[in-house]
Amino acid sequence: MSEQISAALLLIGAFFMLLAGLGVLRLPDLFMRLQAATKASTLGVGCMLLAVAVHFQDLAVTTRTTLVIAFFCVTAPVGAHMIARAAYAAGVPLWEGTIADELGERRRAARDPAPGRTAEPPAPASAPTVEGHQPP
Amino acid sequence: MSQSLVAMTETAVRLALGMVGLALFLTFIRLVRGPTLPDRVVALDLMGVLAVGMIAAYAVATNQPVLLDPATVLALVGFLGTVAFAGFLERRGRDE
Repeated sequence: MSEQISAALLLIGAFFMLLAGLGVLRLPDLFMRLQAATKASTLGVGCMLLAVAVHFQDLAVTTRTTLVIAFFCVTAPVGAHMIARAAYAAGVPLWEGTIADELGERRRAARDPAPGRTAEPPAPASAPTVEGHQPP
Repeated sequence: MSQSLVAMTETAVRLALGMVGLALFLTFIRLVRGPTLPDRVVALDLMGVLAVGMIAAYAVATNQPVLLDPATVLALVGFLGTVAFAGFLERRGRDE
């Protein structure tokens, strides 16, 4: 029975990793690619390490796999947040179909408080698009 | 009975290694194409995670739990590399 569970977890994890690779290649802008790479790959590597723990059924192995899974769950969001923050500050273009850019609006509001003109519509979608990608 | 179970594990490991290898290839295309430096950083980070998954599958394939130690180290180094690259981007900007 444990062999079946281990094999199934291995395949599920590998499938999610394939999904992460596909997302990184196909999604139209950096921030979407980042979210595909972070979430799907964390789930995938978690499933594969769980498969290793189920396969060996040994205390030392289980401890190590649990440690690595916990480490990934803690560090993946931190690393993704750091990259996204640095990339946004560096001015990486958003996808042209982006409809919400709250950080950009807040930064613009902080830069020119201008009490007179408050009816200015936000224009986050004016950023240049990434090369070669068409919206679906 | 036991023989068929072993065969099933072997098939699953082969399939998993193939899928992770394909994911590694797709990520590598993104690493080469860019177009900005943060894109390459994301691709490199993902390649580290995929390598950990590959090592896990290989540990099952060869029945060697020792292979989990390199996986742990790779996870640690990958995170440190990502943090270092993020700090570097913070200072340098997006071009090439």
